[in-house]
Amino acid sequence: MAASDASNVASFRNAFGGVLSFFILILIGVLAFSIRLFSVIKYESVIHEFDPYFNYRVTQYLVKSGIYDFWNWFDDRTWYPLGRVIGGTVYPGLTLTAGTLWKILNSLNIPLSVETVCVFTAPIFSAFASWATYLLTKEVKGTGAGLTAAVLLAMVPSYISRSVAGSYDNEAVAIFALIFTFYLYIKTLNTGSLFYATLNAIAYFYMVCSWGGYTFIINLIPMHVLLCIITGRYSSRLYIAYAPLVVLGTLLASLVPVVGFNAVMTSEHFASFLVFIIIHVVALVYYIKGILSPKMFKVAVTLVVSVGLAICCAMIAVLIAVVASSPTKGWSGRSLSLLDPTYASKYIPIIASVSEHQPPTWPSYFMDINVLAFLVPAGIIACFSPLSDASSFVVLYIVTSVYFSGVMVRLMLVLAPAACIMSGIALSQALDVFTRSIKFQLPNLLGLSPSIDEGDASSDNAVAPNDVVKTDKSEDTTKERVSRKSKKKEKEQVEKPVSKSQVKKRLLVLPLEASVIAIFLLILLAAFYVVHSVWAAAEAYSAPSIVLTSRSHDGLHVFDDFREAYAWLRHNTEVDDKVASWWDYGYQTTAMANRTVIVDNNTWNNTHIATVGTAMSSPEKAAWEIFQSLDVKYVLVVFGGLVGYPSDDINKFLWMVRIGGGVFPHIKEPDYLRDGQYRIDSMATPTMLNCLMYKLSYYRFVETDGKGFDKVRHTEIGKKYFKLTHFEEVFTTHHWMVRIYKLKPPRNRIRGKVKKSKSKSSTKTVSKRRGTRRNPF
Amino acid sequence: MARSTSKDAQDLFRALWSAYSATPTNLKIIDLYVMFAVFTALIQVVYMALVGSFPFNSFLSGVLSCVGTAVLAVCLRIQVNKENKEFKDLAPERAFADFVLCNLVLHLVIMNFLG
Repeated sequence: MAASDASNVASFRNAFGGVLSFFILILIGVLAFSIRLFSVIKYESVIHEFDPYFNYRVTQYLVKSGIYDFWNWFDDRTWYPLGRVIGGTVYPGLTLTAGTLWKILNSLNIPLSVETVCVFTAPIFSAFASWATYLLTKEVKGTGAGLTAAVLLAMVPSYISRSVAGSYDNEAVAIFALIFTFYLYIKTLNTGSLFYATLNAIAYFYMVCSWGGYTFIINLIPMHVLLCIITGRYSSRLYIAYAPLVVLGTLLASLVPVVGFNAVMTSEHFASFLVFIIIHVVALVYYIKGILSPKMFKVAVTLVVSVGLAICCAMIAVLIAVVASSPTKGWSGRSLSLLDPTYASKYIPIIASVSEHQPPTWPSYFMDINVLAFLVPAGIIACFSPLSDASSFVVLYIVTSVYFSGVMVRLMLVLAPAACIMSGIALSQALDVFTRSIKFQLPNLLGLSPSIDEGDASSDNAVAPNDVVKTDKSEDTTKERVSRKSKKKEKEQVEKPVSKSQVKKRLLVLPLEASVIAIFLLILLAAFYVVHSVWAAAEAYSAPSIVLTSRSHDGLHVFDDFREAYAWLRHNTEVDDKVASWWDYGYQTTAMANRTVIVDNNTWNNTHIATVGTAMSSPEKAAWEIFQSLDVKYVLVVFGGLVGYPSDDINKFLWMVRIGGGVFPHIKEPDYLRDGQYRIDSMATPTMLNCLMYKLSYYRFVETDGKGFDKVRHTEIGKKYFKLTHFEEVFTTHHWMVRIYKLKPPRNRIRGKVKKSKSKSSTKTVSKRRGTRRNPF
Repeated sequence: MARSTSKDAQDLFRALWSAYSATPTNLKIIDLYVMFAVFTALIQVVYMALVGSFPFNSFLSGVLSCVGTAVLAVCLRIQVNKENKEFKDLAPERAFADFVLCNLVLHLVIMNFLG
């Protein structure tokens, strides 16, 4: 726009590019939405897995009873006999979003069921997330990088795994909120506008509403502010971006019931307050520096700064004293297990037992972010030339999220957007260089070979071998390249008249053949990424885990046992019957069978879960007593031995033993292991063969094939013929995956002599006392 | 040593005062406003220390209201200050509108939180 004669053409091209990128963005949104529909097409429109069922149930309640009843909802269907206050213990963002969506659609006379809205919430928000990524990356490195990053995010497998249609979980909306909050922070930082600062606080509020991961934001942004201050990049824009966010954000966060006063009381948030104080001191110093002469400022430094430091030290001392006075140093268990990866496995088996809390393996990185893993370093290098406030934030984001994803496989999800942004930057920079050098050489095929700047060349070398992906549908690719080309043209036209030498310095011209080959390789690897993502979306991450399929030589098998069992419970049991199962199936039982459960996936009461674990690992009689004391009518176990379903209760059993033994020491893990090995064949320990879980799983199992061969453990079971005395089998599903037992009522007559009964009753009192110890309720 | 520092300090304060008195009046008004807000926050903190923080949300909203007001006013001051070259193309009216909006959000939240 500097060149006056070219300005008309340039502005026209600019408008053209704007329209083009708008349409590309719409296409990206469609792509992000439709790639997540595999699960609906291949299976059906159902809610997936475990937690989504709870969210679905909450949404139903919200839609039916309204927002005020929702806040005051005390749920007596779960954690019997304790119950759970849902309104105060749930992150309401997702539920409110879907509820609002449903209300809007219904008021427009589009009669969708709540379930449909819930199923499609995640794909819709992944489209929003890719647009937010575009905005964020555009703030960092311009439109081209933004579009590339948005495409990458739309189909990154890690994010797909959490947001396929039907996976109605907090992360579905939280990733959008996360990226959008970061975008608004960067935007505020770049513009220094209070308006964006307000929006930023509101976006942060939405994030706090939707996911516990908001602590990542409230720690990452202070870290970035601190980094800026330490590297001498403090500006008043930084102050405007940060200070209002802390005040408004803290207030807004404490409005969410589940966070409440934690927003000012726990250590997760203290970093932000500390940096809040520091930025004020720094702002004051800069202000005084501005109005004083340098000589006087030197004097002032000795006074003002030392006084300020003293105040800071006092503040820190107070904070540390407050923090140290609380038992866990103010950190919640999940955060502590982030800082110290070994913490959970040492102290909280219930956190360690969840598979998504385990550290990831190397292949899972390749599975989840694929070629992006190799592009990230190139992107980091690109961010350092030139380093701005925004790009330093992105670098900090990727570094921290790499660490967190290394601790917990679930947090791979936080890494994915960062990796996409970085790879988007790397790709677009690489393509920029290659297409520019082609364009520069095409018209005059003579070897002009402009001087290549040393430093830039080296960084370029680093970029060139690494750049891998151009991901897109082919049409997107061409369009995008066109837009970038047109943009580049105008850039050149702007730059050329400015100064010839500068242009030469900026243009790193590579040999024509090399750049053609490089672009070809980029597109090839992009295609590889696309193929992998589509495969991941279609095959790996679309299974609802409620309905299972297996492909064998005689065709496709569908296992719909879970819904069969829950439907049986719903139709054949009393409304107030209590069903005991391991906590994994709690949400599903309440949502699908509408029966009261003892424990569920919201693992807030370790003792209660340990009680159930103890019951499962006790012999039949003791287990019966425990269940009787909990008023349990039915026991549900999941058994995969007949069809080879690996994540059944026998495989989870050691965790039950561990969690149970953590609270009730008479359950000892070594009793269930033979020479440190977990086995269920004839070598298994008698404790193992007599525990309730074994019996309920393998009762009558030998009748199926005559041998009792377990297809998951690949052995014949140890004890084949046995009878149940205190439980009776009432229902077993078609493939034996879910087995439901009923507790037999207590005998109303004790057989035998009076003496015997006396001795029995005395032992009974003993065991009863132990029983009360076991069951505090 | 002590005498020289005190003399330096006197020089410093004089220099500060002279530098500060050159600032425009509207900025001085904002400064006064900020001082007032911070002072109110301090009073509340002292009151909390003396009496106790029982309705904690009330205390929190009171203090954060004052701190928030002060912070927003500082932001406004940064934006309307003519010496800040970064905000040259930001009209003071726009800055003030942003300030009002932000304050509105802040105090709506506080009223909600006050309980």
